[in-house]
Order: sequence, then C-alpha cells, then structure tokens
Amino acid sequence: MKYVDEFRDGQLARDIAAKISIEADPERQYNLMEFCGGHTHAIFRYGIPDLLPDNVRMIHGPGCPVCVLPINRLDTAIELAVTHGVILCSYGDMMRVPGSRKRSLLKARAEGADVRMVYSCADALKIAQQNPEREVVFFAIGFETTTPPTALVLHQAEKLGLTNFSVFCNHVLTPAAISNILESPEVRELGILPLDGFIGPAHVSTVIGSQPYDYFAEEYQKPVVIAGFEPLDVLQAIRMLVRQLNEGRAEVENEFSRAVTPAGNERAKSLVADTFELRRVFEWRGLGLVPYSALKIKQRFAAFDAERRFTLDYKSAQENKACECGAILRGVKNPRDCKLFGNQCTPENPLGSCMVSSEGACAAYYSYGRYQERERTIATDSPQSPQSN
Amino acid sequence: MCLAIPVRVESLIDEETALADIGGVKKEINVALIEDLAVGDYVILHVGFALNKIDPEEAAKTLALFAELDEAAQREAIEASL
Ligand code: SF4
Repeated sequence: MKYVDEFRDGQLARDIAAKISIEADPERQYNLMEFCGGHTHAIFRYGIPDLLPDNVRMIHGPGCPVCVLPINRLDTAIELAVTHGVILCSYGDMMRVPGSRKRSLLKARAEGADVRMVYSCADALKIAQQNPEREVVFFAIGFETTTPPTALVLHQAEKLGLTNFSVFCNHVLTPAAISNILESPEVRELGILPLDGFIGPAHVSTVIGSQPYDYFAEEYQKPVVIAGFEPLDVLQAIRMLVRQLNEGRAEVENEFSRAVTPAGNERAKSLVADTFELRRVFEWRGLGLVPYSALKIKQRFAAFDAERRFTLDYKSAQENKACECGAILRGVKNPRDCKLFGNQCTPENPLGSCMVSSEGACAAYYSYGRYQERERTIATDSPQSPQSN
Repeated sequence: MCLAIPVRVESLIDEETALADIGGVKKEINVALIEDLAVGDYVILHVGFALNKIDPEEAAKTLALFAELDEAAQREAIEASL
C-alpha cells in the first residue's frame, strides 16, 4: 500500500537505529514519551525497543481514547442503553471495557440492551433514520481525530431534522493532557518520571496542526517531534529528539510533514469550534480532573445532546483496585508492574481498559512484548494492516 | 478503536462523498473536511471520514531523509570502526 510500505523497510529501520546508537551520548539517559496509543502500538508491533540503545527509553503516554474514559462515563452509557432503552451506538473497542462491577456494553447487550457496534458515527445516523420510533444515541469518544466526524454528523442531523438522534459527547483534547502530565507532581516535584521529550501524535496533528505544541517546547523546554505511525517514522522521530537533546534545543519538529502542517485542517477546526465548546473540567482515567480538557455540545445543538435529552445519573464508580491502568496512563508504571498482567488480565478477559484497546499499553505488551526476545518483528508484517490513531 | 489508513481517491461523487480505493476494494468515503480534493489524491481515512490530504512531495522528502541517513550512518559507522 502506498505511503505505508515505504515507511516499513526493515533495512532502513536498522540503519536509522544504528544512527541513533551512534548519536546517543552513552553518558546520559533519554526518556522519551510517545503520547499516542497508536505510537505505543507501533513501537511494540515492530519491536522498536529492541533496536534502541539501553539509554533511550520509551515511556507510554495517555493517548489511548478508550483507556482514558473514566468508568462513570462508561456506566452512564450503559445506563442509557439499559434504563432509557435507547439504541446505543458505540465504536467497537469500547464494547469490552469493564465498567463498575465488571459490567460492559457487551454484557449489557447479552442481557438484552440494544447496543450496536458501529465503524463510523455516520452509521449511527443511518440507524436513527431507519428507526424513527426509537431513540438512538451515539457514544462519542476520542481525541481530535474523531471529533470533526462527530461534528459533521450533528450538522447532518440538524439538516435532516431528526428528532430521535443524539450524541453522548466524551471528546477530549490532547494538549490539555500533555500539560497535565508536565504539571504532575511525578514530573515536577517528585522527579520520579523523568521526561526529556515527546513524540507528538500523528493523526491528531493532521487536524490541530503542529502549532499547539509550541507552548510545550517554549514553556517547559521539552522538544516535541510529531511523527507518523509507521516504524520508520517513529525511529526517525526518536533520532530527531536525541539530536535536539544533544544540541540543547527544545523545538517542535515535524517528521510527519506529508500530512501535518503548522495550522492543521482549518475546515475541520472551524467546524469543531462551531459545534462544541470547552468543558470547565473533565475526568480522565489516570489523570483525574483535568481543566478545559474536553468538549461539550453547544447550545445550538442542545436537541441532539444526550446529556440534556436524558436525565443521567453520574454515580461515582470504583475501579478494580489492583488494576494499575491509572499509573500506566501517567507514564509512572509499566504494564509489567501490574500483578494481574498476563495472569488474571488478558485481552480475552480484560480487567482494565489498557488491556482492551489495541492502543492500550497492556494490550501492546501482551500481544507483542513477550516475543521480543525471540524475534524481531520489524517490517515483517503484512503491509495491508491498518494502524490506529 | 480508530483505524486510519492512506487511501486513493478514485472519483468524486458530490461535495461530501468520494469513491476511494481501500486495499483494492472501492468504498464511499466522506470528504466534507477536505478542501480542493482531486481524483488521484491520497487522503488519511479515519472512521469513514477523510482527515487530511497526503502531500506527495513532503512524503518524498521524508523518504529521502531516511535514505541520506542511511549513507551518513554507514559513513560514520565505517569511521567509528577505523
Ligand atoms: S494488566 Fe490489566 S489489570 Fe493490570 S493495569 Fe493492565 S489493564 Fe489493568
């Protein structure tokens, strides 16, 4: 596939990795966070940690949309389907995430609730058109990549004059989460999470552009390199970060210039601004309450806002105490630090969200991590397989 | 959750819809977010919506950068081993 295969060449990957080994100063540590779950997935799938020198360490960030959704929002979605009897349309990954008392959308469906898995929010709109006598709610989650499609669907619903369609909006913002990590006590006061630089998101940045990261480079003096999701993109970004750190620079660089511009997609950004506004505060799994980190639907579309349409009850929810997802999402712990990893908690029987989504760190470790010693998977995958955001 | 792949635009259907080639299969995609789309353009497809165009020149530049690194890496590796 064009724009995929060329960026997976195994020999080039080894060459770039060799270059990183030469350039990395053996006297220092390089602690680099990949924000995006899509990068976490790529890093493990292609065995990138094996190619890096020991002093270049990747720390996995909170950029997995399924993983960061707090349990009470999931419980509320389940409540919509069960108590309010709506047709609840959800992206597939969300279906198996355990909510309170290990309930999930999948289990609710098995017990008779009308939960439907959709590939796109446009499918949810179609379901609403086909079922005029039923209430249809789209369970919207995700970062800046899934937000413009949700906005488009809200505009379409308005144009069509639908009276049975609404959106349960849980869209969150990448820059707010990066700020939260940089401001966290682990990074600032305790110093237990050393962070030297960031690999910036690929597809999120196609929408918001590279400009929003300037602030992190300037204010926190951390270099940011925006990178594509293919293995060569990731390796090249690591090399660019190593080079910036060696030269004492903290700049925003763009490795993914084939799809990311400084301003991003203006049309998508203005559509989002027309449709949503900032929430004062929103809860993230792992990060807690983060100010101005999520979007809600504007007054103009109030009729399509499930939170105004239904009386919803946000009960406080208990996470599985032994699950370390929260600390993993903050970059403070590693999936192997969790006692349940690979024993009680597996992708077939996930106890936490990080084991559900293929972008979750636990799932990535489980699926690829254990085989790293034996084989290097770089560039041997089928070129057809899609990648995540 | 969010699959995203580069796909080629085969034909434009209306303002908001195009036909794309997805690994050999033709599928309708939503292109309402893209300005100045033309047949033959590659876009990043995400949950049925095109998010942005791929710039072929920038892609070629990035690839060239990998290749240059390749030569430079070899040179340095040779020098380092002398
Ligand atoms: S292995 Fe399972 S229980 Fe442990 S942190 Fe990961 S998701 Fe949570």
